[in-house]
Amino acid sequence: MAQALGFYTDTTVCIGCKACQVACHQWNDLPAELAEQPTGPDHPGETRPLTGMSYDNTGSLSDLNWRHVKFIEKSQASDGTLSYLPTDASRENLQWLMMSDVCKHCVQAPCLDVCPTGAIMRTEFDSVYIQQDVCNGCRDCVAACPFGVIHMGGPENEGKGIAKKCTLCYDRLQHSLAPACSQACPTASIQFGPIEELKTRAEARVEQLHSMGMSEARLYGADETILGGLNAFYLLMDEPEVYGLPSNPKVPARNVGPTNLWSLGTAILMGIAGLVSFRKRRMDTFAEQRREVR
Amino acid sequence: MPGLGIGYGRGGATTFLQDLQNTDCILIMGSNFAENHPVGFRWVMKAKMNGAKILHVDPRFTRTSAVSDLHAPIRAGSDIVFLGGMINYIIQNNKYFEEYVVNYTNAPTLVDESYQDTEDLDGLFSGWNAEARKYDPTSWKYQSEPAPQTGAPQTPELDRPSSFTERVGKLVGGRPTQDLTLQDPNCVFQIVKRHYARYTPEMVEEATGCPKETFLKVCEEFTNCSGPDRTGSMAYAVAWTQHTTGVQMIRAATLIQSLLGNAGRPGGGIMALRGHATIQGSTDNPTLYNILPGYLATPSAQKKHDTLGDYLETEVTPTAYWANMPKFMVSLLKAWFGDAATAENDYGYRWLPKNIADHSHMPMFVNMAQGKMEGFFCMGQNPAVGGQDAGYQRKALAKLKWLVVSDLYETETASFWYDSPEINSGELTTEDIQTEIFFLPKAHIAEIDGSFTNTQRLVQWHDKAVDPPGECRSDVHFTVHLGLRLKELYRDSPDPKDDPIKNLTWNYIDEEENRRHGWRILDEPSADLIVREINGYFVENNQLVKGFGDLKDDGSTACGNWIYSGIYAPTPEHPNGFNRAASRQKGLYVSPQWGFAWPANRHILYNRASADPAGNPWPKEARIAKAFDPTGKTKGYVWWDPDAETTNPQGETVRGKWVGIENEIPDFPMTKPPTAEAKPGGVGLDFHSGADPFIMKADGKAWLFAPSGAVDGPLPTHYEPAEAPVQNPLYTQQVNPVFKKFQGDETPLAEVGDPNYPYVITTYRLTEHHLSGAMTRTLPWLAELQPELFVEIPPELAEALGIRNTQMVRVSTPRGSAEAKALVTKRLTPFNISGKLVYQVGMPMHWGYRGIARGAVPNNLTSLVGDPNVSIHESKAFLCNIEPLADDVNENLNQRPAH
Repeated sequence: MAQALGFYTDTTVCIGCKACQVACHQWNDLPAELAEQPTGPDHPGETRPLTGMSYDNTGSLSDLNWRHVKFIEKSQASDGTLSYLPTDASRENLQWLMMSDVCKHCVQAPCLDVCPTGAIMRTEFDSVYIQQDVCNGCRDCVAACPFGVIHMGGPENEGKGIAKKCTLCYDRLQHSLAPACSQACPTASIQFGPIEELKTRAEARVEQLHSMGMSEARLYGADETILGGLNAFYLLMDEPEVYGLPSNPKVPARNVGPTNLWSLGTAILMGIAGLVSFRKRRMDTFAEQRREVR
Repeated sequence: MPGLGIGYGRGGATTFLQDLQNTDCILIMGSNFAENHPVGFRWVMKAKMNGAKILHVDPRFTRTSAVSDLHAPIRAGSDIVFLGGMINYIIQNNKYFEEYVVNYTNAPTLVDESYQDTEDLDGLFSGWNAEARKYDPTSWKYQSEPAPQTGAPQTPELDRPSSFTERVGKLVGGRPTQDLTLQDPNCVFQIVKRHYARYTPEMVEEATGCPKETFLKVCEEFTNCSGPDRTGSMAYAVAWTQHTTGVQMIRAATLIQSLLGNAGRPGGGIMALRGHATIQGSTDNPTLYNILPGYLATPSAQKKHDTLGDYLETEVTPTAYWANMPKFMVSLLKAWFGDAATAENDYGYRWLPKNIADHSHMPMFVNMAQGKMEGFFCMGQNPAVGGQDAGYQRKALAKLKWLVVSDLYETETASFWYDSPEINSGELTTEDIQTEIFFLPKAHIAEIDGSFTNTQRLVQWHDKAVDPPGECRSDVHFTVHLGLRLKELYRDSPDPKDDPIKNLTWNYIDEEENRRHGWRILDEPSADLIVREINGYFVENNQLVKGFGDLKDDGSTACGNWIYSGIYAPTPEHPNGFNRAASRQKGLYVSPQWGFAWPANRHILYNRASADPAGNPWPKEARIAKAFDPTGKTKGYVWWDPDAETTNPQGETVRGKWVGIENEIPDFPMTKPPTAEAKPGGVGLDFHSGADPFIMKADGKAWLFAPSGAVDGPLPTHYEPAEAPVQNPLYTQQVNPVFKKFQGDETPLAEVGDPNYPYVITTYRLTEHHLSGAMTRTLPWLAELQPELFVEIPPELAEALGIRNTQMVRVSTPRGSAEAKALVTKRLTPFNISGKLVYQVGMPMHWGYRGIARGAVPNNLTSLVGDPNVSIHESKAFLCNIEPLADDVNENLNQRPAH
């Protein structure tokens, strides 16, 4: 039986090595983002300058960076006051959180819902994939994504670019290879596999952390409360906002495409059970398709 | 790594990375494990998943600290105070593992009564000679029983070269005197106790800046995870070696692991992390001036090394496995000089060059700067950026007549003559540099057969996948063909001084093999032939030996490196041998069929210590065995099975042998029972009992106190770095009295507490780049991840100096300066040291003036001072000044000539 495949990222063992970013670049043949002006007086190299944002020098996901490791330097005083980066000298509960960000491959993907050309499709692995030759560069998906995943780029569309993002290494999955990023991850922070299996593993890990007194450990996107579930879900050690993730992402109001059940207000009536059965039906269809391919 | 060698016997990590998953607690110190060894760090994270505690003691809060349970900040260079504090804590609180300490360490051994400690001499040991600036270690020796009668006087036939091993027997002295109650004031335990008594938690806080509570938390966590039931592991890397007290920092770790009974046991030991792909391999098969393959000393003109017999008698340890050294040395000479090596000519011993001085990296460049060197082959390094006081080293390169650089990219060393900072500043002029420079494009790893020896002594083979492009060739190709041309040049020379080159065996090219693989380059040397020579063979029939146990001192065997012997051993299935470095069978844990771990495929060294003196596993080992093998057949890690029938070395069937988990090889004579008594006057391991695990040490014990081996004292002692912000809080003696500096070109140093250089600086690496950056700043994907040189500054200092995040600043030392962007971060902490506010900053060492990510050279700041034992430089702790640069000042920086 075909299963949804995806990522479980355990941020407690992420060491911020960025091997995922490099592996993604290499497998997908994505160039580095170098400076437009190669050298200047205070910047002798050909790279973009140092950002000064901890050890993050690529800044965000982009059309060329489909993986992005976030670095959050944070301290929290006993009275609960939070501080990020060097605004003050408090070092109470100093933490350096790291998290490898990527497309969430949402079960109810807003990008897919708003795409007018059908370029964004759901694959037999339950991942969200942009067909490059169908995208017309309208940018609707960029606005729809609550995570800031999709960016426009490339020479297509008369140089204006088309929508780019993580493909969950669709080409590798077709050959039973794990995505390049998870393959490269040295500490098994990025784990790839059938979502159900990953959820079991993640829940056990949270339980273990709780039993060790780390009550702040939680899963993000493992259940269906966030966009029906994220096929790239996370184990976080703080509120999602600390990692730049929305606690309760909303589908943008302008999404009024005819296929968008949410905007028609019917989803509330459907209920969770309906979603599950819908998803199961879709899974079965994928299973059929995969059997045919083989 | 003498630090580990002095304590345990071998200069290599005592354990393997996969074993870290078994630890109950890992103390990472002197290492940024996660950032610089991310692949090996997988096993630390596995341990964490299993519930182990991760402790990180480091000047900075790094990516390693981020995933550790506890980070203890310390001032750079104060490590021995912290470690000494731990030793004091262990002894004062009776946290040591008594049965292990009494039986497996030299704690009960009595030291000569004339020995005086730093406690008696305010920071110096007895034997100090101020004029010569060196120690006479005579008073550090053990008390011993009278030497046994050697019997008949030495007979002429014993002087025959074939009887080297018998001559070794004549060197055996008396047994060390012991007090097993550990009460004698002259016993090592009491000396250690007195020596570290002043390393109190309060002193740790005063000297390191680490809060006392944090220090005690580390002590509690680590000691609670040690003993018969649990084991704790320590990991370090170059952040311990790169100090004027580097060897002693590592020694201090060996003391802790010996006192806690963690050495030689699963989940325990010391993981010496290596920073390059095969840096372990480069000391095993050395690219060093002072050792021959397998850690045999290079002959020296300053010692009694005139003949092979003299050399062996001077260097051999007659009461350890090292008693076999004559076999290893004679076999090495046979491998190198072949038929020309005969008993009559001392197997060509005279053809080995003799050291006349320290020829390590720093003195080599001092000689170069002083015009004493004509030429320099530079392969696999980039001293124009990676060298200490790099400006000095670049100027030294300009004194050469010729320079050969072989690398993947045109490095800063190859280009210094036209684009170094000295050219830009006018200090050097291209037209005036007389150095003729040859740049040889090098083959990359996928373009050659060969091996890596990683941090855990595991040799792993890699196959050539493709011919290198164009004129690119491997370093082996260059070296072998250079040798062939030299041999051709001297072929008809009658001059005896050319004999070494004429007689060198040098047959490494197998064109047929290259043709069979379809390679374009037919004269590429065969890595397979090289590894066979390293394995060793019987001279008579060229049959490969099974291991170093086959080697003889009569010229009948040849072996290129005894510690690797067995790597190509014949087996019943492969009577002609097979390359075990290339084997890839994954196991459950030890994985003995994956690669080849020297020596003899042992994964945990000194693993006899994983069983109690009677040979039974400690409780922790029994637990691991049960988890690994639920059938119960596996009893421990290595244990004595009294019922097993086996054959002893004499070919007799005997009962009882040592057995290892997953076929791990015991690091002990296989059939020597735990009850075997030490033989007074016994040669080699006969001198040890069946309960002496450290077979490379003269007394079979782990050394808390080192009667020999270190030139700077028998016990680790805190001295301040060569440049320090404060007076030594522990002793009047400020610095390591014998630290390395170089006459004629003494590196300029800041004074203690110098107001012109008020800040402590440490240099380090980032995950995103490697060493001088020659292989990473040149790659766009890595260059974009860390694009520019930065200096990490705590917010308090940034505010005091008016520096904002990403602003350009100039960092300077008495040697030079480097401009960098400020990265203001709370991950760096100000310290209160002896009542003085001390700021510490940090700078990665990767940048240079070539590649895609370019910047100033951080090594312009470092100095030519080093550890007295190994001449490793001190780049982890020195002093600097920082000044913000106004925006318009930036215009003058880093201007590059148009080319």
